[in-house]
Amino acid sequence: MAEYKLTTPLTDEDVVQLKAGDVVFLTGKIYSARDAAHKKLVDLLDAGKDLPFDLEGASIYYVGPSPAPPGRPIGAAGPTTSYRMDSYAPRLHSLGLKATIGKGKRNEETRKAMQDHKAVYFGATGGAGALLSNSIKKSEVIAFDELGPEAIREMTVEDFPLLVINDAHGNELYAVPDRKAAGIE
Amino acid sequence: MRTIHTKDIVDAVAGMCVKANTELPDDVRAAFEKAMAEETSPAAKEVLRQLLENADISADTKLPLCQDCGLAVYFVEVGDEVQIEGGNLRDAINEGTRKGYGEGFLRKSACDPFSRQNTGDGTPAIIHFDFVPGDKLKIVYMAKGGGSENMSRVTMLAPAQGWEGIKQFVINRVAEAGPNPCPPTIIGIGIGGTFDHAAKIAKKSLMRRLDDTHPDPDIAAKEAELKEAINKLGIGPMGLGGKTTVLDVKMTVEPCHLASLPLAVNVQCHSQRHEEVEL
Ligand code: SF4
Repeated sequence: MAEYKLTTPLTDEDVVQLKAGDVVFLTGKIYSARDAAHKKLVDLLDAGKDLPFDLEGASIYYVGPSPAPPGRPIGAAGPTTSYRMDSYAPRLHSLGLKATIGKGKRNEETRKAMQDHKAVYFGATGGAGALLSNSIKKSEVIAFDELGPEAIREMTVEDFPLLVINDAHGNELYAVPDRKAAGIE
Repeated sequence: MRTIHTKDIVDAVAGMCVKANTELPDDVRAAFEKAMAEETSPAAKEVLRQLLENADISADTKLPLCQDCGLAVYFVEVGDEVQIEGGNLRDAINEGTRKGYGEGFLRKSACDPFSRQNTGDGTPAIIHFDFVPGDKLKIVYMAKGGGSENMSRVTMLAPAQGWEGIKQFVINRVAEAGPNPCPPTIIGIGIGGTFDHAAKIAKKSLMRRLDDTHPDPDIAAKEAELKEAINKLGIGPMGLGGKTTVLDVKMTVEPCHLASLPLAVNVQCHSQRHEEVEL
C-alpha cells in the first residue's frame, strides 16, 4: 500500500493512481458539507444557479465541526457517516467532484459514479475530531451560515491524514463481515 | 427531607457535559489499550493509536473528543427524601446542558425533525427519571452520537425464537452496521418489557462502565458469548478489519408480556462519553 501527498484541486491523474488501502496526506482547500447543505446545493443546481464553490476537482468533507474556541480556526472536526449523502453524491461527481471524505459504506450508485467520473472516497478516522482538527489551518463559512454546524466552510488543510476506501477502479477497503464465523449463516 | 438547589444541579450538569466530551473516561482508555495489544493488523492498530492520541489532544486543548457531542441523555435517580428548591428538576438539567454545551464549545446537535432547524443550544435533553429510596440525587450523563444511534434497532421477536433468535438479530445488526457506527462499538441490549421499555433499558445498559461484570452470572455469560461471536465478524476498528469489532456487550433483562420477546439493540460508538454525579 502506497503513500501519497496530494494537493487540491485534484486531477484525474491524481485520482486514478490511487488504490483502496493507500494512505493520502491531503493539502489545500476542501469544502465541508453534510445533510442540510447537500440539500441546498442540489436545490441551487435545480434552479440553475451557481454553487458557492467550484465543483471541478473539488473535495467535499462530510463534517459538522464543533464551534471554534478562542485562538483556534475550528473545533473538533472528524467525519460524519457518508451513506446519508449517497442520494446526492452521484450528481455532484458527474459535475466534477473528485473526492469525498467521510466514514462508513457508500451505496452502489455512488461507487459506480466514482468509477464513471474518476473520483475517490477517502475515510478519515471517525471520532478523532480533536486529532483531525490539528490538520485544519483555516476555516471560513462561505455559504448557508444559518445552518450553524452544517454550514458550508472552506477549510485549508495541511497533510490531512486519509485512507482510500473506494478507489476509481471499483475496489473497496472495508472488511466483509465473516457471518459464518460469527454463527449467523 | 434534604433540600438540593437547582443552581447546584445546573452547575453539576454543565460540568459533566464538558468533562465527558473532553476527557476520555478511564474505562474506555483501558479498553483501547487492551485492544491495541490484541490487534495484529497495522490498520487496526493505527486507528487505535489515533484514538489514543485524539484523547491526549482533547485533554490538552479541551477540544471535544468528537465533533458530534451528541444529544445529551440522562438517567436520573431521585431519592424520595430529596426536595428540589429554586425550580423544576427537568428545567435545571436542560439549563445545565445549555450551559455546558455553550461554555464548553460543544456542538449543539438537536434539531426539528421536519424543518431540520437547529434548536441552537443542545436542548431538549433526553431525560429518564427514576425514584429511589434515600436522600441523594444521582445524575448519569451520556453524549449520544447520531452515527451510532442510527444503527440501533428495536424488534419484537416471537417467544419461540428465544436466545438463539436474539443472538441472530444482534450479530446481524452489527454486521449490517459495518463501519458506519465508528467501531469498535459498545452494544447495549434491552430484553423484555414493552416496545418502548426495551429501548430504554438498552440505553441504560450503555451507562455501565466497560470494566464491570453483570451481577447475574447467566447474563454475564450471555454478554460474553455475544461479544465473542460478534468479534468473529472481523469488522475491526473503523471497519478496516481486525479482532475488535466491539469493546463490550452490556445487557439488561426484565420481564415481558406472555406473547412477546421485545429486543432492543442500541449501538454506541467507541467515543463512549459518560459521566455521573451524586448530589
Ligand atoms: S458515531 Fe460516535 S465517534 Fe463516530 S462520529 Fe458519531 S459520535 Fe463521533
